Amino acid sequence: MFKIVDKQQLTPLIYSLWVEAPRIAQSAKPGQFLIVRPSDNGERVPLTICDYNPDNGTVRIVVQIAGVSSNKICNLNVGDCLTDVAGPLGKPSDFMEIPEEELKGKRYLFVAGGVGAAPVYPQAKYLHERGAKVDVIIGARNKDLIIMEDEMRKVCSNLYICTDDGSKGEKGVVTLLMERLGNKYDMCVAIGPMIMMKFATLMAKKLELPITVSLNTLMVDGTGMCGACRVSVAGKTMFACVDGPEFNGYDVDFDEALRRQTLYRKEEQQANAAAGLEFKR
Amino acid sequence: MANKIDRVPVREQDPKVRAANFEEVCYGYDAEEAKLEASRCLNCKKPRCVEACPVGIQIPAFIHQVMDEDFRAAYDTISQDSSLPAICGRVCPQETQCEGSCILGVKGQPVSIGKLERFVADYNQQHEEKVQPVQKETSGVKVAIVGSGPAGLACASDLAKLGYSVTIFESLHKPGGVLTYGIPEFRLPKKAVVEKELQKLLDIGIKIETDVFVGRTVTIDDLMDKEGFKAVFVGTGAGLPLFLGIPGENLNGVFSANEYLTRNNLMQAFSKESDTPIFRARKVCVVGGGNVAMDAARTALRLGSEVTIVYRRSEKELPARAEEVHHAKEEGINFQLLTNPVEVLGDENGWVRGIRCIRMELGEPDESGRRSPVPIPGSEFDIEAEALIVALGTKINRLIADTTPGLETDRKGRLLTTETATSRKGVFAGGDVVTGAATVILAMGEGRKAAAAIHNYLTES
Repeated sequence: MFKIVDKQQLTPLIYSLWVEAPRIAQSAKPGQFLIVRPSDNGERVPLTICDYNPDNGTVRIVVQIAGVSSNKICNLNVGDCLTDVAGPLGKPSDFMEIPEEELKGKRYLFVAGGVGAAPVYPQAKYLHERGAKVDVIIGARNKDLIIMEDEMRKVCSNLYICTDDGSKGEKGVVTLLMERLGNKYDMCVAIGPMIMMKFATLMAKKLELPITVSLNTLMVDGTGMCGACRVSVAGKTMFACVDGPEFNGYDVDFDEALRRQTLYRKEEQQANAAAGLEFKR
Repeated sequence: MANKIDRVPVREQDPKVRAANFEEVCYGYDAEEAKLEASRCLNCKKPRCVEACPVGIQIPAFIHQVMDEDFRAAYDTISQDSSLPAICGRVCPQETQCEGSCILGVKGQPVSIGKLERFVADYNQQHEEKVQPVQKETSGVKVAIVGSGPAGLACASDLAKLGYSVTIFESLHKPGGVLTYGIPEFRLPKKAVVEKELQKLLDIGIKIETDVFVGRTVTIDDLMDKEGFKAVFVGTGAGLPLFLGIPGENLNGVFSANEYLTRNNLMQAFSKESDTPIFRARKVCVVGGGNVAMDAARTALRLGSEVTIVYRRSEKELPARAEEVHHAKEEGINFQLLTNPVEVLGDENGWVRGIRCIRMELGEPDESGRRSPVPIPGSEFDIEAEALIVALGTKINRLIADTTPGLETDRKGRLLTTETATSRKGVFAGGDVVTGAATVILAMGEGRKAAAAIHNYLTES
């Protein structure tokens, strides 16, 4: 069992949890994810790692209530336990292989969509601490989905915020900001809803900017065993859980990935209705 | 003198009834039936059944103990060579092993060895006196087992009995490997059989740590250098599902059998209590002819689908256990033999609407000695289906090899071993991760061999 030692509500729908998971806290790296099971009959929910503290053996996850399982996770309180937390899963980010002296002065642009700010945070922090020049864009539909602003500011040179409805930061979508910032980066990393990563990739192509995306596909085991997470990358079938979750954005078939995410939409809606949950799309 | 009667039939759930539930198909023998069936054994001087058993169970000996109604002794006899008899009695391919070499099978029906093994295991499970298990004094020497499938469980059991302090690491949230996520309830009940066998291992002091994906959560080097494990057994299986490599394989509605079975078995998606969804289609097509294909097909049937199995060779070559094929047919699964899918057909939104197949004929024997199927030009036809489940086998996950320096593999990623010892000192391996996808009993046999090799290594060093 994995005890929750800290819980904060970041916005009406988004929570941050620090969880006791000593083994994972020792081995987690930027770019990796976890599988969390909130209860005995619960689903295995893939969640990104937001932060980790090897000294006290805890990891931080940030969860947006989007359905029955995420609602179960967010209803737990300090002192309660998650039934299972497995990981870290997937490959660490590519830049983990770059020698630190080479990272110094490299220019990175992170594009975070909503709760995607959580997995962007450890990456930006890692690079910032090693002397890379990091800029971050956080975009979301409205201000209730913008998180981690202050923390992010501490690990980057420039932070840009935008919302679709203008309720926070600039009014507009992330690609607008990307276009304005232009091609002054060595690398772009986009993490967020699949549709945002698709358009961020199209913009990056236009700007001739290399881009990495982190795919949040459907998953069951997260260890390569089931293939639910398969995606077409450069025409080849890959498993997001073991070959990814990060891929070269140019190579990803986003339309297929978007379609595959809808596989259990009907079941999800039924389950949400049964649990009295409502979400605006 | 052996009793010259016909094989005692085993009672089963009615096919029409069981097609709509997940309860066990076969009820097994009762004591009288078992004694009667046991009386058919000729007690051969040179028992071919023992030679054909991957773990060498003393079959005629236990059968005669059944005949003499000494069921406890029969259990002890089996336990000398097998650590999971209730499981093997249910899932071993007896017709190609013990029963396949039974002399009675030459002219008639072989002794029903699998059903007798199962009876002995179940009877003793039910009649066991509830004694507080005595934890043996351990030597304190720590051994790590990676993977809690058949190979790991068998290895752990033997090592614990030898006095080692054994910890099993499992990546999923429940132990058992394929016994838990793969083989369905109707063939291998989880609570009544698998969990009981696992409990026996816990009772003798074996520790199981779930949610540990060795290679990611912790490496083999960490286990040995930081956590003090003196030896490691790798029994991680052959986990990655193969797909077809034909157009349309990523359409909505195409699943690996691993995914489909994991959702239903490990995640209990068939139950209303479970939060995990499973795709429910009116018509399901399953490609493959092994046990996993039969399991997936019969699971889909129980979830309310009309099911067709597509297999490229003929009935004779079906690699599944004869009993599974027989049960599948009884339950109303359609078989399209000598048929191979060439394309998954999708609707305008990218959801599966059918499978384009081609008829095959058997040509010259290939390197495996089986006649290889050859497509018949122009014989394409479509099968209507909203889901395709792919059960064409699995390959090795290279994670352990990639994260453990000095561990050698072949081109397919299988760990190279000599008498279960890998190229890395103190690291042993067995089961599918060495052999490629095989059976529960073969993996168990390898796990036991590795336990002996580990004991040998630790007492010599």
